[in-house]
Amino acid sequence: MSILVDENTRLLVQGITGKEGQFHTRQCVEYGTKVVAGVTPGKGGQEMDGIPVFNTVEQARQETGANAAMIFVPPGFAADAIMEAAAASIEVIVAITEGIPVLDMMKAYHAVKSSGSRLIGPNCPGIISPGRCKVGIMPGPIHLEGSVGVVSRSGTLTYEVVDQLTKNGVGQSTCIGIGGDPVIGTNFIDALELFEADPSTRGIVMVGEIGGSAEEDASEFIVGSVSKPVIGFVAGLTAPPGRRMGHAGAIISGSSGTAQAKIEAMEKAGITVVRNLGELGKTAVKVFDK
Amino acid sequence: MNIHEYQAKELFKKFDIPIPQGRVAFSVDEAKEIAEELASMPVVVKAQIHAGGRGKGGGVKLAQSIPEVESVASEILGMTLVTHQTGPEGKLVRKVLVEEGLEIDKELYLGVVPDRATASIIFMASEAGGMDIEEVADSTPEKIIRQRVKPGDGLQGFQGRSLAFGLNLEPDLIKQFIPVVAKLYNLFMQYDCSLVEINPLIITKDKRLIALDAKINVDDNALYRHKEIQDFRDLDEEDPMEVEASKFNLNYIKLDGNIGNMVNGAGLAMATMDIIKLAGAEPANFLDVGGGASAEMVENGFRIILSDRNVKGVLINIFGGILRCDILAQGVVEAANKVGIGVPVVIRMEGTNVEEGRRILDESGLDLKVATDVWDAASKVAEIAKSA
Repeated sequence: MSILVDENTRLLVQGITGKEGQFHTRQCVEYGTKVVAGVTPGKGGQEMDGIPVFNTVEQARQETGANAAMIFVPPGFAADAIMEAAAASIEVIVAITEGIPVLDMMKAYHAVKSSGSRLIGPNCPGIISPGRCKVGIMPGPIHLEGSVGVVSRSGTLTYEVVDQLTKNGVGQSTCIGIGGDPVIGTNFIDALELFEADPSTRGIVMVGEIGGSAEEDASEFIVGSVSKPVIGFVAGLTAPPGRRMGHAGAIISGSSGTAQAKIEAMEKAGITVVRNLGELGKTAVKVFDK
Repeated sequence: MNIHEYQAKELFKKFDIPIPQGRVAFSVDEAKEIAEELASMPVVVKAQIHAGGRGKGGGVKLAQSIPEVESVASEILGMTLVTHQTGPEGKLVRKVLVEEGLEIDKELYLGVVPDRATASIIFMASEAGGMDIEEVADSTPEKIIRQRVKPGDGLQGFQGRSLAFGLNLEPDLIKQFIPVVAKLYNLFMQYDCSLVEINPLIITKDKRLIALDAKINVDDNALYRHKEIQDFRDLDEEDPMEVEASKFNLNYIKLDGNIGNMVNGAGLAMATMDIIKLAGAEPANFLDVGGGASAEMVENGFRIILSDRNVKGVLINIFGGILRCDILAQGVVEAANKVGIGVPVVIRMEGTNVEEGRRILDESGLDLKVATDVWDAASKVAEIAKSA
């Protein structure tokens, strides 16, 4: 089993005719994801590798029964694309796009919340339930079907973590990249809640980074609400304050958002915190296979 | 993006938020000219750099006469100002803001920032103005009052009133304060700000409300739609190597260590810096070549890392996803041939097309140390740092 995406996922891709949209749609199809539609305004009626393209999300959903969306629309139009998917009652919306203005995202965030849809990202690698369904840009072959949930704010760092788990024989139920932006749809707590409720997930790996207080909030949540073992890692112990470290959300401002504070909060909550990234896989074996 | 105080005040002026009279000066003569125009004493001369704590560092001075304006301006212009935000090397002052001096009755704080957790905009106000607001928040959090605004809903009248009453303002000042809140909100939204801060917002002895200082940061992701803000960019305030890197869409931040590193993805780049430190060496930079890096970007990345004279070794850590390992390997080989790499290089590659990438490196004849995993890579590079 898994969370949010599986063999019943019927995916539509917004921005399917663009270079990235095309490339990653093919990769998802190759992995086994059912891609049922694409949306590019003005290109309705065309096809991409036999996948029908529509002008609007609403139309695509009605014609194909799509229940999930993956967004590759450029940053200036991406918030609009998210809101379009939410308005069309798409259940799971995965926004890959990096660089969406924060104020645009704030509006989209509230639109999604009031619609009942779930947004993952933006600025994220997406979500994968190994062996079942991939909705995102992560390399499929590094994953292994199993029962550990992974939730992360990062992209390639998630691949590193997953690769180590796989090489140590620790398979994954679902891996979610929640994104590196300040305003994101699904946060650590949402993901932890889903993993806790998923009977096929026996443990969780949580990968954080500097900036904001999401890791601290999640740690507090874990104390009362998560019974499964959790392993944590936080990137950015050596990051200087006041500098944006790539991700829009990764910035230490004043005394808040430091890696040290996050690690302390995690340890206080009983999370096994890995300090040496190279040991994450081995630690997972120890913690989850006890 | 950060802008200068004088630029922020230009925006304030445009939105009719009251500021002291004055202008920016690039020379002592200009400073004198502005002081003469102001025709009142005292005059305040403020260093314009992208860092806080200017007053404590000696970058803000009061002058009581025109000759004093000249001497103060010549003192500040050209000085290397060191504050808690500049780092020990400080920043060269190239311009000063020359303003009328005002008689202060009370200092307030008013700031606007986005709140990640609630996806809303927070107004923060405090009677403890003029101080480091972080300190106020830590030691006396009850002295900060807040109002949250959802961008879809917009600022409501009651929110301005709540802030005004919370600051215990007199009726006359409430009338001045509420419009300032509304204008600040409009400015924040119109320019996609990530911070607008007035500290202090002063009440003068003659009961006027004036923004004595102004700090604005604008969301980098939204700069494309604000030409006016783009024009405010001051390259003198940025590290030349970081400017160079940005030309190639590389995300580079210079640090103080001696181990250069090049990584794809911001999270992995930070984690790589951390593991270098854990292995006993110090990272010389943060460099994210991004998800879709080309061989050319890798080459430029190399050139920028190596232009830092402190660098004694380089660690390349790439997890191939969209960026394929063979592309990276080609970039490394081309860079080595063109730039000439005079320091030891440790490479750790994993992911898409890793075999092909390793073959390219093997056949290049370059002296590269290939690492099996992240810890192995960090240990190897730390060894280099020790012997350097």
